[in-house]
Amino acid sequence: MSNFDMLYNFISGPLFIVAVIVFIGGSIYKIHQLISLVNQKEKFIWRYMSWKYSIRSILHWIIPFASTNWRKRSFMTIMTFIFHMGLVCMPFFLAAHVILINEAFGVSWWTIPDGTADVITVIVIIACVFFLLRRLILRDVRFITTPSDYALLTIAAAPFITGFLADQQCCYYRFWLILHILSGEIMLMAIPFTRLTHMLYAVFTRAYLGSEFGGVRHARDW
Amino acid sequence: MAEPAKNRIIDEGLDTGKERLTQERIDKVINQVLSGETGARLKAYMDTCVHCGLCSETCPYYLSYGRDPKLSPAGKVRRTMGEILKRKGKVDPDFIRQASEVASTECNVCKRCAMYCPFGVDSAYILLVIRRICHLCGVTPLYIQDTAHSHSVTQNQMWVKEDEWIDTLQWQEEDAREELPDLRIPLDKEGADFMYSVIGPEPKFLAGLLYQAAYIFNVAGCDWTMPSMPGWDNSDMAMFTGDNEIMGRNKKFHYEAAQKLKVKRIVMGECGHAFRSVYDVGNRWLAWANPPVPMVHAIDFYHELLSTGKIKIKEKYKKSVTIHDPCNVIRGRGLHDKLRYVIHELCENVIEMHPNREHNYCCNAGGGVINCGPPFKNKRVMGNKVKAKQCADTGAEILITPCHNCHSGMEDIVLYYKLDMHVKFISDIMYEVMEKPEV
Ligand code: SF4
Ligand code: SF4
Repeated sequence: MSNFDMLYNFISGPLFIVAVIVFIGGSIYKIHQLISLVNQKEKFIWRYMSWKYSIRSILHWIIPFASTNWRKRSFMTIMTFIFHMGLVCMPFFLAAHVILINEAFGVSWWTIPDGTADVITVIVIIACVFFLLRRLILRDVRFITTPSDYALLTIAAAPFITGFLADQQCCYYRFWLILHILSGEIMLMAIPFTRLTHMLYAVFTRAYLGSEFGGVRHARDW
Repeated sequence: MAEPAKNRIIDEGLDTGKERLTQERIDKVINQVLSGETGARLKAYMDTCVHCGLCSETCPYYLSYGRDPKLSPAGKVRRTMGEILKRKGKVDPDFIRQASEVASTECNVCKRCAMYCPFGVDSAYILLVIRRICHLCGVTPLYIQDTAHSHSVTQNQMWVKEDEWIDTLQWQEEDAREELPDLRIPLDKEGADFMYSVIGPEPKFLAGLLYQAAYIFNVAGCDWTMPSMPGWDNSDMAMFTGDNEIMGRNKKFHYEAAQKLKVKRIVMGECGHAFRSVYDVGNRWLAWANPPVPMVHAIDFYHELLSTGKIKIKEKYKKSVTIHDPCNVIRGRGLHDKLRYVIHELCENVIEMHPNREHNYCCNAGGGVINCGPPFKNKRVMGNKVKAKQCADTGAEILITPCHNCHSGMEDIVLYYKLDMHVKFISDIMYEVMEKPEV
C-alpha cells in the first residue's frame, strides 16, 4: 500500500467517522446547552413560543425575497441563497459522493448532474469571493468583522475550491483530493463550535422572534 | 475604546459615575448579569450573528450619521457586548462609561433592526443588557437617572406630589366645566368601566391633554375613573435605565391601582414607551404572562369610540396630515391599521410617509434617549436626518403621532430641520373636529 493510499484510507475512513461523530455529538450538545439554558434561566420563553408564528417567521426568511430585507438586497440575497443551497446540497447529492456512499453502504440516491454540479461549485466559490469583498470593502461590514470571520469563510470555501481543483484531474489530483476530504471534515467539525453554529441556532432565534412578534406584538417580522 | 476627546459629551451621571466606579464592582456586576441574569437569548444572539451587516441600513443613527459603521446595530453591539465577551468581562470604568453612552444615547431600542436581521438577532435586547450592566455600575446619564429616581420616590416620572396631581385634575375639571357644565373627572370611582392612566409629564406640562381626554370621555358617555393614589402614572424610565427593580415596583402600583378600583380595564393615554412597559416588559418582569387587568392603548380606544359612533365627527379636519407610527405600539402591538382607521375618520387629507407601519423609523426620542436630556440633544436630533427627510417628503402640514416621546422628539426634529409642520396628538384633532353637545 502506498503512502497515498494509507493517508487516503485514514482520512476517508476513521477520520471521516470522527468528523461525523464530532458534528452530530457537538450539534446535540450545543442545542441541548441552549435549551437547558432556557429551562434554567428563561423558562418564560416557552410560554410565548408558538408553532404558528415560528413557522410563519421561518418561512418568510427561508424563501428568497419573501422578506423586506431580502428584497432590498437582491444581489446579496441571490448570492447567499445559492451559497447556502450549495453548502447543504452538494455534500449529499454530488455523484462522486453518492458513489462512495454506495460503495461503503450499498445505498444510493438521486444525484446532481455533473455539469450542474460544476456550475454550482463555481457559483459557490464566486459567492465566497463576494462575501470576502463585502467584508473587505463595505465599511459597516468591515467594522464588525473579526479574524474568525475570515477563518470561517475559508473553512466554508475550502471544500469547494479543493473539490473543484481535484475534479479538473489535471495536476496534483491526489493532493487536492486529500485536501478536499480534509477540508470537508474540518467544516463539519467546525459547525457546532464556531460561528457556523448559526446553522443550528438560526431556527431557534427565528422561531423566538417570530413568536414574540406574532403572539405578543401582533406585528410582522419580515 | 474611549472616543476622541473632542467628541466627548460631558454628562455628570456618566462622568461622576465613572469616577466612583471600582474594578471590583465592574467584575461583580458583569458576573451577576452575564452568569446570573441573562441566558439563552444573549448566548444565541451573540453566537448566531454572522457579522453580515444586513441590519446596518435599518438604523436611523447609522443612516443619519453618513453610514458611520460604529452606529450600525451590530457595530454598537460590537463596541459594547462584543468587547465585554472578547475581554472576558475584564473592562475598565472608561469602557463602562463609553458603553453606557452608546447604549443609552445611540440606540432607541426600537427593534427595527431585529425585524431586518435574517436570524432575528435582537440588538436592542443586547443593548438593554448593557444598560442594565451600566445601571448596576452606577453609570447612567444624569437626566434619565433623575426620572428613575422620581419613579422610585414618587411612583411617577416628574416628581409630581400627590396633592399636585389631584389639584391638576380638579383644575382641568373646573376649566372644562365652563365648556361642558356637567363634566366630571371621577376620582377613585370603584367598579368603573375603565381606569384612565397617563404619564407624569401630562399633569406637569401638558394638562390640556387631561382636559381634552375628560371632554371626549364625557361626551362619549364613558363610565371611567382616575386614581388619586400612586399608580396613576403608567410611564417608566426605569425600564430604560436598566433599573428593573424600580420598573417592576411601578408596574405593580399601576396594576394594583386598577385592581383596587375594581375597574374592568385600563385605558392608557397616547404614549408608546408607557405602553411597552405596561404591556410587554414590566408585567413580564413581574411574572404576569399577560397584563393582569385588560388594558388598551388610546388608539384602540379611539377606534372603539369612532367605530361604535360614541364620538361623531362634525366636519373632518381640513389640513393635510401625515402619520408617524410610534414603534412601541406599532412594532410593539400592531395597532397600525386601527391608527389609520382613526386618522382617516378624523382627517380629510392623509398623506403616508414611507416606510411606514412596522417599518417606520423611530423618532429617535424613544427608548429613553430624549430623557437623557440636553447634553445629548444635538446628537439625538442630528441622528434623525432620515426621519426629517421622510416627513419633508410628505409635504403635509400636520404630523400626527399618538405617543409622548415621539411628540417631543418630532417637535425637535421639526424645529432643527425647519420643517413646515406642526406636531399633534390624535386627541388634539379629535377634540377639534368632534360633534360637541349644545350647552
Ligand atoms: S445582527 Fe443579524 S443582520 Fe446584523 S450583522 Fe448580525 S446576523 Fe447580520
Ligand atoms: S434598536 Fe433601533 S436605534 Fe437601536 S440599533 Fe436597532 S434600529 Fe438602531
